[in-house]
Amino acid sequence: MPDLQALVTDFVLKLKRRKIEGSQATAKQTAELLRQVVSQQRMPYTNQASVLIDAVRAVGEQLIAANPIGELSNSYLFLAVGNIVRRVLHIIREENLSSTTAAMEGLGLTAGSDDDEGEHEDRPGLSAAAVAAAARSTLRAPSLQTLLEDIPESAVAPHPSSSGGDSEGKSKSADRGSRSKKLKHDVIEAINELIQDIDTCHELISEQAVEHIHQNEVILTLGRSRTVKEFLCAAKEKKRTFRVFVAEGAPRYQGHVLAKELVGKGIQTTVITDSAVFAMISRVNMVIVGAHAIMANGGVIAPVGINMVALAAQRHAVPFVVVAGSHKLCPLYPHNPEVLLNEFRCPSDLLDFGEFSDCMDYGSLGGSPLLHVVNPAFDYVQPKLVSLFITDTGGHNPSYVYRLIADYYSADDLVVQQNST
Amino acid sequence: MDNRRPPRTVSDPKVRQVGFVTPGAAPPARYLSEAPTAAAASSPPSGDTAPPAISTSPVMIPPPRHSPSAPLAVPNPSRRDSLQIQVGGYNPPEVLLESPPLTSPSSRMDDAVSQFSEDPSISPCNGRSEAAKVASSFPGSSGEMMVMKAGIVGGGSNTPKSSWTTASVAKTRPGISEKERGAVVGMQNDGAGVSKTLKEKTTKAERRALQEAQRSAKAAAKESGAGVKLSAAPGGAVPANTKQGKVVKPPAQKKDGPQVANPSVSSEKKVVDRPPEKDRKKDVPPPRMQFDDIHRVEKAKRRAVVYQFEAKNRVELFRHLPQYIHGTQLPDLETKFFQLDPMHPSVYKVGLQYLSGNISGGNARCIAMLLAFREAIRDYSTPPEKALVRDLTAKISSYVSFLIECRPLSISMGNAIRFLKNRIAKLPDTMPESEVKSSLQSDIDRFINEKIVIADKVIIRHAVTKIRDGDVLLTYGLSCVVEMLLVYAHEVGKQFRVVIVDSRPKLEGQVLLHRLVAKGINCTYTHVNAISYIMHEVTLVFLGAASVLSNGTVYSRVGTACVAMVANAFRVPVLICCEAYKFHERVQLDSICSNELGDPDVISKVPGRKDLNHLDNRADIENLQLLNLTYDATPSDFVSMIITDYGMLPPSSVPVIVREYRRENLWI
Repeated sequence: MPDLQALVTDFVLKLKRRKIEGSQATAKQTAELLRQVVSQQRMPYTNQASVLIDAVRAVGEQLIAANPIGELSNSYLFLAVGNIVRRVLHIIREENLSSTTAAMEGLGLTAGSDDDEGEHEDRPGLSAAAVAAAARSTLRAPSLQTLLEDIPESAVAPHPSSSGGDSEGKSKSADRGSRSKKLKHDVIEAINELIQDIDTCHELISEQAVEHIHQNEVILTLGRSRTVKEFLCAAKEKKRTFRVFVAEGAPRYQGHVLAKELVGKGIQTTVITDSAVFAMISRVNMVIVGAHAIMANGGVIAPVGINMVALAAQRHAVPFVVVAGSHKLCPLYPHNPEVLLNEFRCPSDLLDFGEFSDCMDYGSLGGSPLLHVVNPAFDYVQPKLVSLFITDTGGHNPSYVYRLIADYYSADDLVVQQNST
Repeated sequence: MDNRRPPRTVSDPKVRQVGFVTPGAAPPARYLSEAPTAAAASSPPSGDTAPPAISTSPVMIPPPRHSPSAPLAVPNPSRRDSLQIQVGGYNPPEVLLESPPLTSPSSRMDDAVSQFSEDPSISPCNGRSEAAKVASSFPGSSGEMMVMKAGIVGGGSNTPKSSWTTASVAKTRPGISEKERGAVVGMQNDGAGVSKTLKEKTTKAERRALQEAQRSAKAAAKESGAGVKLSAAPGGAVPANTKQGKVVKPPAQKKDGPQVANPSVSSEKKVVDRPPEKDRKKDVPPPRMQFDDIHRVEKAKRRAVVYQFEAKNRVELFRHLPQYIHGTQLPDLETKFFQLDPMHPSVYKVGLQYLSGNISGGNARCIAMLLAFREAIRDYSTPPEKALVRDLTAKISSYVSFLIECRPLSISMGNAIRFLKNRIAKLPDTMPESEVKSSLQSDIDRFINEKIVIADKVIIRHAVTKIRDGDVLLTYGLSCVVEMLLVYAHEVGKQFRVVIVDSRPKLEGQVLLHRLVAKGINCTYTHVNAISYIMHEVTLVFLGAASVLSNGTVYSRVGTACVAMVANAFRVPVLICCEAYKFHERVQLDSICSNELGDPDVISKVPGRKDLNHLDNRADIENLQLLNLTYDATPSDFVSMIITDYGMLPPSSVPVIVREYRRENLWI
């Protein structure tokens, strides 16, 4: 355990110091850390799932609390951490559910008590059963049978916590002994799968490149995203010739890096300044950008400047395509995302330190300084500006994102930090 | 806006009201009273008196100053007054200039003959071939000068052309001139006979006189809005003359036609029957040089003073625009500084400053150019055997082509050059050289003062009425009008905050930021990518413009369109501040057909970011291009209002301004 605690604090420190670059790396490392948490967790005979959930949630809270501003206004790194924590929680629930339903079906009992007990203990405030039932209905594959089954279940669900709890617990306890190893093992397996998914999402996405990029297409992108790079390179490898305009993406100028990478692959690349985006967009066939997070409403949190590109693309009816792995799907609905989901970088990106020190003196006489430098890191792109999301599960409309999210997250976990609030 | 407009109570049909008009204001009086205050406030505005008057006063458009047809000597007295009041340093001789003494052609003819009697080659033909010789001895722009001469000989009617066309027309010139010379010589040889010398003498003088008279007639005709009708010229010309006219006339040049006209025909008569369509046709701006046309580029290169290297790895989309390796011209030019004969040092200096980017911005470049021309005119003396008007026009044209080689002309400069050439073309021949020079210099001063300095003040007075307390004003880059506006608004005590949006590579916003913060204005600085973030708090956007085109498109520093677009998306009004002399009748839909390419290397290097060296050896990489656009075109639907010296207009009114005031711009 101290070993684990050390790992967690180490990771938190890394996050705080921005040592981890990119949401993909963050997601992967978070998943690996949570795998450690799960594997080191000692499993009791009862309530295994809830124990696991508690452990993961505790770590997740720690990770998210590392963000100085709080969870709702977290940067993309913390969005990624939160996403992965939720994903792991969801995996545990799902694995538990599948094992219990397998057991239940064998015993001929109704499902649903297992989760109730766990939640009964640690958070009596929530109407746990209702939430769990709702969650379960979304977890299962929507077949006619489950639809039929769920109707009585949800009607019954609020009650059984008092009556059925003890009896069921006794009857199932023997069974759980045999399942104890199995659940943990399954969860770890599933987390491994998740890590693998994160690793391979680029390949899955770039496989679709040829379907979207045609011969002699002119593509515009801004900044650098690994997914975009892989996407374009995949199209190039399939013998498509096209031209790419890369807006440099001030103030990080990652566009330069992307341009160099693309040129290395033999793609015709033109670097333009960000201000020339509007001038060039009239000759562009498609805008392809990466994202930091896809919000539940289909909005996109992306590097700063993308909203400008999206507006220009809309004006010229150019398709605006966002490529992102499914680990970037975020189950939160954005509220005032330009401010609350943003992060501000150092002003020295824009102005040299000391250049305006004399002006600062002048200004501070009046109480507040005369000069403010605003250097936000992210833009929020409204769902209506996005033409298509290309994820590792295929292409999706912005209006469909909410459903994708229901596939990956459980409604219980939307608020990770519930104890503190 | 429409329902606020009062019913047409104004009796004077010439006074038009545009923009926001308060009912009950007496427009003409207001306008006149407003003008002096604007003129008087050449010192920093005192702040108390002017703004209230402005805020209530309607925005007036004075009647366009179409030059009335013949009796120019009796202009509208009221207009004269207003002109005199408006322009501070304005002395009577210049007012006289407005009405060139259109005395009888004969007397003028005499004058002209006496003036040029010492000229050995009086015949236009010989004169031209002479000019060609002289011109070809200049290193660079002989073709250009030739064209200008030909134009002047042809009646001076093609002077308002932009220099782009002259450059393109110049392509065909040299060969033809050779031919002409040959033809003339041949004609003189075979058509001579025994009485060759005698005949030549008489015809020379006659032809010369004819020429002068025709030119004056033509000028008069032109300024009255109509020209000489070709067929209206009755015979009466000497046979030799017609013959010559035929010989002289190059196949493409129709302007030489009126040469055949008889001097005895009064100019007033010809004036009337010119179809207006012909004049209308001239409104269409000439096509610009397309640099993907290899032949033309080759020819242009041969004439070039500046030795330039074409950049490698050019963007396919922008083949039609010139792009040179930046900095290669500079050392070459510097070595030429002392040997470059035809260039005046002040013009040369300005050219180098354009090249190095020390002077940028439409107004600054225009003023610098005009001042350089002014100096050149001051030091100008008509060489022997030359006519002042032709030689000076040719000189100016060669200066202009040199400046174009340093950096493509801005539209403001193009308009100013048009103005200057018109002034020169309109000069009466009888005027002594010193007077011509002083009048041209004061013309230039007047243009700078009236069209730029005072226009800016008027714009500021208009614009400041739109700023309310508590506003957050956003501006992009560095526009001198907007800067003056912000400073002025601060001085008159408006409470506001400024957001300065900037972009690479020029980072002109930092300059503005320095100046505004030094003035004590509360500023927020950000880059263009963050525009969607910052736009939430903005209430008004003020932008400058390099030009406003006839379809309402605002042609301005690259990035302006982005700012206007985002402002439009956030429902923030976009106000464009632009002097009316920058309006142009050209139309443009995108930023690609016409633009200016900057130095691509500045894109790869980010100052202060040593770690960004990914694009360093870009010349070796074949697939990589860097594109540094200088301008972009903002569609008119992003623009809420254009503030000019004629008032505040919607972008749809730009063609009206262009139509009504273009003539006035030319003939100030």
